[in-house]
Amino acid sequence: MRIAPAVVWGLVSRGGAFWGGPEANRVNSGYGPRATRFLDTGFRQYDGTGPPKPGPRGLKGYCADNMIDFLFAPLEYNFMVRALVGSVLVGVMCPLLGAYVVTRNLAFIGDALAHAVLPGMVLGFMMGINPALAAVPTGVSVAMLVRVLGRRAGLSSDTVIGILFASMFALGLMMMSLSTTITVDVEDLLLGQILAISSTGIYISLAITGLVILGLFVFHHLLLFTSFDPVGSQVIGMRTHVVDYVLLVLLALVIVIGIQAAGVVLVMAMLVIPAATAYLLAGRFVNIMLTAAALGTAASVTGLYLSFHFNLPAGPAMTLVATGVFLLVATFRRRVFA
Amino acid sequence: MNSVTDSHDASMSLQDVTVELDGYMALNNVTFDVDAGTLMGVVGPNGAGKSTLFNAIAGLLPVRQGSVTLRRVDLHRGELAYVPQRDSVNWRFPVNVMDVVMMGRCCRLGWFRRPGRKDRELVKACLCRVGLWDQRTASMTELSGGQRQRVFVARALAQEASVLLLDEAFSGVDVGAREGLVEVLQALRDEGRIVLLATHDLNNLSRRFDQVLCLNRHVCACGVPSQVLTPAVMEELYGFQLALDGEE
Repeated sequence: MRIAPAVVWGLVSRGGAFWGGPEANRVNSGYGPRATRFLDTGFRQYDGTGPPKPGPRGLKGYCADNMIDFLFAPLEYNFMVRALVGSVLVGVMCPLLGAYVVTRNLAFIGDALAHAVLPGMVLGFMMGINPALAAVPTGVSVAMLVRVLGRRAGLSSDTVIGILFASMFALGLMMMSLSTTITVDVEDLLLGQILAISSTGIYISLAITGLVILGLFVFHHLLLFTSFDPVGSQVIGMRTHVVDYVLLVLLALVIVIGIQAAGVVLVMAMLVIPAATAYLLAGRFVNIMLTAAALGTAASVTGLYLSFHFNLPAGPAMTLVATGVFLLVATFRRRVFA
Repeated sequence: MNSVTDSHDASMSLQDVTVELDGYMALNNVTFDVDAGTLMGVVGPNGAGKSTLFNAIAGLLPVRQGSVTLRRVDLHRGELAYVPQRDSVNWRFPVNVMDVVMMGRCCRLGWFRRPGRKDRELVKACLCRVGLWDQRTASMTELSGGQRQRVFVARALAQEASVLLLDEAFSGVDVGAREGLVEVLQALRDEGRIVLLATHDLNNLSRRFDQVLCLNRHVCACGVPSQVLTPAVMEELYGFQLALDGEE
């Protein structure tokens, strides 16, 4: 899936440094995108500061030796600590907004927003700033455009979303292709690369998390009303379209957090699957949000560990763990919360 | 104690209201007045423009010609409440009874305030008023049609509405629940509120209204039921003679 030869920075040549931390560059330039590739050659070669340890020899042997090591040994490395923090943020935030996505039928727009931030990310690479930071204004702009175009052009939301989704993604790919200064591994872009998240990426995610949680808390009662009874809320004089904008902006912000871990394609999974699972388990909307956040965190952290120990790509691992839980719950469906 | 039982003195006047929908005249020169403390039934066949009328009153549809005047009704303070048709509500959205009634406080809370103790007390009073306090934690999807309508009426009370518009409120509601709901609406009427209720059920309800508006894209008749519900009006409304219960 390589679009152009790796030339500059050693940045994305193996995908590991995609999100741009200095350590990630140093680490990944020699060993590849996943931590287990580094582990094949021993921890110390990778980190240079940790105690000498043998590389893992599969789950069975490793668990038999020491389960604690299985859980905590990876945390001796800064990149894994960052990845864990990133995973928790993704696991909490995507499902929190995902509860709205599932109950308001916003899956298509969520997917579109994830694809539409691509030009912003590519621009970030070209300008030498963190792509997550560059993706924020793009996501927010596209979120606003969906509503504005829908209202002004008199087209259905689905149609506008379809137009923006495809055109923005195409624009991003075109920018990547035409740029002579950067090379981007499309696989990392599509599937995410949480193991290479930089400190800057974490700070951006933390800032976005604070902002989104504040927004969800403050506007909770308005979001509930417009979600449940859009006509009734309009009648009492609420500016429902403004509330919709707020929700879409919050969604765009959360997607920026999510694509660092799960990529453009799989961020949808973290938005939808834990929330859909929680929808089967809980009754009240707030409980669905909290259950979804717990399930999402469990799935993303489990996926991260599986990725680390078994040389798996992190985004798909998180997605499949979440899907497994969903299938279990859907099969043995029983509501456990009010 | 609170505004759940306060008196209201709103009034409503529609003058030559014409609404066009997708190129056809959904309402044509509709004129009528409603005083405070009136329970009015809006009757007519499917496609007669009952929902369009409510949407026009609520400001959801533009009026092409004429005027809708609501006196002593502050729309921005939620003094007009709309109980929607069943299919305009997102029933997949999981909320319980308390959540829905609390929604009525949104217009008073504004964008940044969150519900406080007084709001919760008011919501409790509204739910007690419609007899659903015991069901406060039940999911909306678990309720019967009649109970759902009572929850929406409680929400209208919570928003301290002077005018209530109920669109097909008795659709899918059994006889017992319907009687209970009518009693609640009559009590609201007695406090001076205006209650407009669109319905198909002429036989059972027409005599319970203070006034009846017979609508078939235009006003066929408007007034007290005994004077309005005549065979001639029924024929104009439905295209055939309709015998109502209790008629000689």
